Amino acid sequence: MPWDRNQMAARAAQELEDGMYVNLGIGIPTLVANYVGDKDITLQSENGMLGMGPFPFEGEEDPDLINAGKQTITELSRTSYFDSAMSFGMIRGGKIAAAILGAMEVAENGDLANWMIPGKLVKGMGGAMDLVAGVGKVIVVMDHTNKAGESKVLKECTLPLTGKGVVDRIITNLGVLDVVEGGLKIVECAEGVTEDELRAATRATLV
Amino acid sequence: MQKIYGSAAEALEGVLFDGMLIAAGGFGLCGIPELLIAAIRDAGTKELTVASNNAGVDDFGLGLLLQTKQVKKMMSSYVGENAEFMRQYLSGELELEFNPQGTLAERMRAGGCGIPGFYTKTGVGTQIAEGKEVKSWNGQDYILEEGIFADLSIVKAWKADDTGNLVFRKTARNFNPPAAMCGKICIVEVEEIVPRGSIDPDHIHLPGIYVHRIIQGEHEKRIEQRTTRKKEEA
Repeated sequence: MPWDRNQMAARAAQELEDGMYVNLGIGIPTLVANYVGDKDITLQSENGMLGMGPFPFEGEEDPDLINAGKQTITELSRTSYFDSAMSFGMIRGGKIAAAILGAMEVAENGDLANWMIPGKLVKGMGGAMDLVAGVGKVIVVMDHTNKAGESKVLKECTLPLTGKGVVDRIITNLGVLDVVEGGLKIVECAEGVTEDELRAATRATLV
Repeated sequence: MQKIYGSAAEALEGVLFDGMLIAAGGFGLCGIPELLIAAIRDAGTKELTVASNNAGVDDFGLGLLLQTKQVKKMMSSYVGENAEFMRQYLSGELELEFNPQGTLAERMRAGGCGIPGFYTKTGVGTQIAEGKEVKSWNGQDYILEEGIFADLSIVKAWKADDTGNLVFRKTARNFNPPAAMCGKICIVEVEEIVPRGSIDPDHIHLPGIYVHRIIQGEHEKRIEQRTTRKKEEA
């Protein structure tokens, strides 16, 4: 059985170490916050906040307090607020240890595409290009294949790039892959997934 | 110098002209200068270029200026929440210059600091880098991005004193300080104007030197995505 969304998020949470400042993207990456356990992790929200708390209780929503997905959230005792220029200063400046984000395609050289599909609706890159260019470690969490069953892990991206050579580790429903010299290296397979199955589902050079 | 004006329309008097570049604060619908946007709509100023992270929603925020077709061009990082925006963009009525969010913030900050250009690694090797100068330091490529020098800044703060010293609230700060800095004239709308001396000078987020005109008003402060948890889960 491949991992489900929560198992992927739980696996991604293992990448986080005590004391890290981390930015989580929208979708499965958001679930990672549920699995950090006792680790002292500070979540950054790129619209200007460190120390992001959970959703508010009903009736306690504050229009002045949202995350980068525009959802209402809460603050913690450690929270700090700052403007967008400083927020991306800390991102571009390498102060954020890791970003965990979703992707449409990842290539074996670490190229990442997750912001637009030409000819379809174009929404924009938001902060994704800054994050992948600036943070210490870029971890992609996504399904291994698209809805048509085709590998999203490729020799080369076909979609417009978000960043070139930026991805360090890929966590999919089938397993964990690292971007290394010459291609991708299998780190582990999801429980019940064989290495052959993972290889067969991957359209990239495995070393 | 008297910086306090009676209304958004009064504060905008003599400032607006067709074809101008406006920098606006706000992220999504959070911390947007909603009163000034509505007043610009009422003034009917056209052919606007607006630098703003987002474009509001169809019937609120900068979406109001799109409905009336007063905007010629947007400089934004994300425009996903606005159907009218998409329609105008896809039909060629509206120009759109995508900026990575941090690049947009830094372009505003740089403009306000008298910096016409800066190098960043954001966007290297992507569409964003096309046509831009590339320079290499220690084996890493960087692209040249330009500072934004706006004709007008419209921003939202929580509190101001009569000299324009500003305090923002929580994540409503977002793009407001860099947007405020990059305009020749900066107009701020606040929820409360407080007496001089009542804000601890150490707690001022943006000093009044950047602020030329101030208005106070009632804000709708619409929530875009209301997400909550149940008490039982706690």
